[in-house]
Amino acid sequence: MGIFKLIVRRVLLGVFTLLVVSFAVFALTNLLGDPVQRLLGRGALPDVVKAKRAELGLDRPFSTRYLEWLKGMVTGDPGNSFSNGEAVMDIVGDRIKNSLFLMFVASVVSIPLSLFIGARSALRRDKTFDRVTSNQMLVFAAMPEFVVGAFLTVLLATNVWHVFPATSRIRPGEAPWSDWKGVILPAITLTLAVTPHVSRTMRAAMIEVLESDYVEMARLKGLPERAVLWRHAFPNAVGPTLQVIALNIAYLAGGVVVVESLFNYRGIGIALRDAIPVANAPIVQFIAMFIATIYVVCNLLADLGAILVTPRLRTRLQ
Amino acid sequence: MSATETTVAPVGVWRSSLRLWRTRIGLALVLLLVLIAIVGPWVASFTPSEFAGTPNTRHVPGTWLGTDYLGQDVVSRFLHGGRSILWMASVSTFLGFVCGAAIGLVAAYNRGRLDDVLMRGMDILLAFPQLLLALVALTTIGPESWLIITIVAFTTMPRIARITRGAAVPVVERDFIGAAEALGESRFRIITKELLPNVTGPLLVEANLRLTYSIATIAGLGFLGFATEVNAADWGQMVQENRTALTVAPWGTLLPALAIALLTVGTGLIADGVSRTVAGVDRGRPDA
Repeated sequence: MGIFKLIVRRVLLGVFTLLVVSFAVFALTNLLGDPVQRLLGRGALPDVVKAKRAELGLDRPFSTRYLEWLKGMVTGDPGNSFSNGEAVMDIVGDRIKNSLFLMFVASVVSIPLSLFIGARSALRRDKTFDRVTSNQMLVFAAMPEFVVGAFLTVLLATNVWHVFPATSRIRPGEAPWSDWKGVILPAITLTLAVTPHVSRTMRAAMIEVLESDYVEMARLKGLPERAVLWRHAFPNAVGPTLQVIALNIAYLAGGVVVVESLFNYRGIGIALRDAIPVANAPIVQFIAMFIATIYVVCNLLADLGAILVTPRLRTRLQ
Repeated sequence: MSATETTVAPVGVWRSSLRLWRTRIGLALVLLLVLIAIVGPWVASFTPSEFAGTPNTRHVPGTWLGTDYLGQDVVSRFLHGGRSILWMASVSTFLGFVCGAAIGLVAAYNRGRLDDVLMRGMDILLAFPQLLLALVALTTIGPESWLIITIVAFTTMPRIARITRGAAVPVVERDFIGAAEALGESRFRIITKELLPNVTGPLLVEANLRLTYSIATIAGLGFLGFATEVNAADWGQMVQENRTALTVAPWGTLLPALAIALLTVGTGLIADGVSRTVAGVDRGRPDA
């Protein structure tokens, strides 16, 4: 099986996964309850209820609605909000931008940081740096994000020092960096959530590479240690780590929900939290599919990346 | 040394992992919090929703660490709030573990079509935003504990299945499985008596990790206000309720947050100790 065929197969599998997820999301959000009753109240006249149901398109059968919604999702028209008729994209577009920015900041900080920690603790294996960081990472990996975030708030925003604001204040329509101070604490929280996993993988990969023959060879050739480490060993250890990095970015897409809620960060998490209790299905569906798509794409890249950077797997294909 | 090459009995793994300090500390932390959760409700001076004094006040006579946002005693609510999270996390991890391990073992043993179908199914479950599933189900049906347990078990299952299958596939290809087949042992017997004992190491590690995540997930749902009844004493929910009053009454947030942190760090330390033992990292130097 050639590489091309494998890529096509994995992409198709990803599309199939998303299709199943979309059906489940649509079915599940239909269980949320009747949005019409919540909009009009219990005392609404039957005629009004009927008219509103027709207006929202809820009088049609489930399958028709699902297919139409799916078509809209694919063509970039995810429908209108149940509560005010505004286009979903107009409401959620801003939120997605804010959440993506938060994920971006967390990734940009955590990826180099965790690669560095992982590589350095592999070099200083069982020395102080390795022991201290691995124990710290263990602690951060275990705690839920909202607990880490709460401690950070106590430490940096309210009780001990007042360095950063405890809540973010991004106004509607404004760029997320307009209140850059408010991004810092949520970004640190997310960074602490993903760094342990990546750095642990990097450490293991680096240890394996350092014990390999080609690193030995490079050393015997008389290359300076710095060149051996950063030009020969490091890139080869990053390969296997890529997969874990991709999976952690996928994790961030879900992790933002809780962190945003803790810091009142105006992103998809808060939109989701607010839309669910009022049964505003179009919003919930769109955000769910957004998170699922990020997850599937990151997994796809992780799988393909792992094959492309591992010579052993690459040759098996030919 | 790979874990699949060594047949380690679970009891052996446990005992040798207890030689590591991290496992001991982890176990001590978990036991401490379990003790608090069990004994707590009896020693609390107030019931969880009893009015104790002015809301959000640090010094209130009769309370240790003051009152929360409704004037309830923080320490009493903390003492009452551990049971729900502990038993729900344990039961859901156990359920997810049993189902996941069964699926992983069956997939690894049968290979072929069944393997593909089962594992793709698990992939789809993994791609489904689990938080969304939880939020929608809990909003629709209500914050019932059986529902939370089912959802968390459901999200634990595919991860356990993947790990089990990964560990079991190399074992299936070894001779003793073929020998058992030749002897005409039943499929069920081969899977439970020949296959399962050879993957307990990685499974034990994963089970501890999953327990940590289950606790975190249930606490997180409580924090989002979806896992519990209004004003229930629950560690996650307490963080949510009291965080706006952090500056004047920090203990309402700090105490439950500390409890969750120590509990998850405890289970995380145990997982790490067990995984080090399984990987044989600390062979010969158990004091690391």
